[in-house]
Amino acid sequence: MEEVVLARKPRSPLRLAMRRLKRHKTAMAGLFVLVALYLSALFADFIAPYSFDDELRGNSHAPPSKIHFVDAEGKFHLQPFVYGVSFEFDEFHERVFAEDKTKRYPIKLFVRGDEHKLLWVFPTDIHLIGVDKPARLYLMGADSRGRDLFSRILYGGRISLSVGLVGVTVSFLLGLTVGGIAGYFGGWVDSALMRMCEMIMIIPGFYLMLALRAAFPPTLPSTSVYVMIVLIMSFIGWAGLARVVRGMVLSIASKDYVTAAKAVGGKDIIIIFKHVLPNTLSYVIVSLTLSIPGYILGESALSLLGLGIQDPQASWGNLLSDAMHVTEIQFHPWMLIPGAFIFVTVMAFNFLGDGLRDAFDPRMEVGRG
Amino acid sequence: MSAALLEISDLRTEFDTDDGLSVPVDGVSFSIPEGKTVGLVGESGCGKSLTALSVMRLVPPPGRTVSGQVAFRKRDLLSLSERQMREVRGRDISMIFQEPMTSLNPVMRIGAQIIEPIVLHEGASRREARERGVEMLEKVGIPEASRRFYDYPHQMSGGMRQRAMIAMALSCGPALVIADEPTTALDVTIQAQILELLRTLQAEMGMSVLLITHDLSVVAQLADEVVVMYAGSIVERASAENLYAHPLHPYTEGLFDSLPGFHARQERLNVIRGQVPDPTHYPGGCKFRPRCSYEYEKCAERPGLLKGTDEHLAACWLVEDTERRKKPQTQRV
Repeated sequence: MEEVVLARKPRSPLRLAMRRLKRHKTAMAGLFVLVALYLSALFADFIAPYSFDDELRGNSHAPPSKIHFVDAEGKFHLQPFVYGVSFEFDEFHERVFAEDKTKRYPIKLFVRGDEHKLLWVFPTDIHLIGVDKPARLYLMGADSRGRDLFSRILYGGRISLSVGLVGVTVSFLLGLTVGGIAGYFGGWVDSALMRMCEMIMIIPGFYLMLALRAAFPPTLPSTSVYVMIVLIMSFIGWAGLARVVRGMVLSIASKDYVTAAKAVGGKDIIIIFKHVLPNTLSYVIVSLTLSIPGYILGESALSLLGLGIQDPQASWGNLLSDAMHVTEIQFHPWMLIPGAFIFVTVMAFNFLGDGLRDAFDPRMEVGRG
Repeated sequence: MSAALLEISDLRTEFDTDDGLSVPVDGVSFSIPEGKTVGLVGESGCGKSLTALSVMRLVPPPGRTVSGQVAFRKRDLLSLSERQMREVRGRDISMIFQEPMTSLNPVMRIGAQIIEPIVLHEGASRREARERGVEMLEKVGIPEASRRFYDYPHQMSGGMRQRAMIAMALSCGPALVIADEPTTALDVTIQAQILELLRTLQAEMGMSVLLITHDLSVVAQLADEVVVMYAGSIVERASAENLYAHPLHPYTEGLFDSLPGFHARQERLNVIRGQVPDPTHYPGGCKFRPRCSYEYEKCAERPGLLKGTDEHLAACWLVEDTERRKKPQTQRV
């Protein structure tokens, strides 16, 4: 028996959309930025020169380290280096840092530093970059306790970036299930579930978030706080999606292929998950991408108000809460950098979401002929 | 006459609408003999498809089947539990739909859809189901079946999709296949192929077929018996030859008259004047009365199915008053 192998892959609708996405430049840029950010969060403890709670009070609010190639004698060095810093107080009792140019501290790769567990498994003390002690490398300056802001941003990204993914997953599972059941069965099930969604939607999201936060004790271990934030935001987020999905399911459920699936003896619940909901996928993927920023911003808002992640744990929101005073921004502008990370992440998700929407839009195909 | 596989008696399906109670299936009775093909013919909206869906118990809400019996192998399907009914669907009775474009799920591979009944009813392993699925695709004449098995519906032509649909319906070897306008959405050459395929598969697998169509030529090609439906009721039942040779009911006669003649060149096609009555407001007496050119006093009373010659039944008083038939009483145009 001979079998002819043909180099033709079955083209799923999803794969076709992905091919269109690849041609979308801003979306690919967004995707690239997001992959970089998520990788940096994943390997935060390796990339960061210091641990998130490695403080040095003496270096409180030290500005970003200047990276030099030319030393005090005007000699050029191929390997960039920093100087140690010392400070004195000015007339406002603000520290003024000055570089001590007597000793150079080259920036090295793979240096030994704080111990950590790579990917939560492998114990090691190797960091991607760093300088020898006693000098410190502050790529983005230091906070009030002399902790490295860059390191804290990377650690904070673990929380801020994952809160979006986890939150969106939970709320979409909920929204798809509820919307699918409501739209498929119709009748009183539909009415009951939709009124429930509306109940949740009529309460302004942020107040609901605060109210739900108040239901938990004010002091919680950081892992429980994390779970709590995710749950609260998923609880708020699923209702809108459930409504849209219900509408789509309503029209899909009357399609012949659903009747056909019933006619071969399929169970309702299996038909919902196997035949009906996959047909909402193109909408769901776009909507998922576009709603992740909401979760990131929600976590930031809660943490900014001191209701979310607590110090010494870092998240982009509670890092920003250090920059809430005008004087802070005036004297230590680098404290705003976490905001830039939030901004870039949200933009990247929006670009990607727009690209996905274009990729999934069937009208595009008509346009291309 | 062989034993009846499916015996429908006095089936009635209703919908609550804003305009009142709609009765698209209004007391339908007929039977499908083992291994035979019964054609169910009628205009759009006469209740053919809903009759089929009522048999499958898949009438979309708010519709419901309120009375009657659907005896499949002497077991009344209408009194089964939903769970028992699921066992029947796809295994004993399956369905082929009109639109091959919409009756296959666009986001699922053809193969996965075809093997669904096998997996559901026979609990076959993936591998076994795949083998049988490919076999079914070969059986319905899809070339390179083992490769096509992994295609998505949009990669197939309409005719191929309808073949795939047939493969899905037949994969469990059902005793009855309900084909709801299986060729309406296809062009004529493909139509002929699909009908031929149905015929060979029926000969091979020995199932009964309920062929729903508005196309009299399709019925002529396939059906052993014909049931003509009008406004939710059956107006005529006969063997195919008898029906084509001597239609008894004026409606059936009108249907044949409205076919374009092949030899005589006509300026205009004959039509049955008037409109199909609205299922919320059927006319009193015979439902065809307002459109009938033979109409007379007796038509104020609704006729049941009356027996003509042989096994030929028609719901018309003319079956008894054979004299009147010769000359239409009122000739209105």
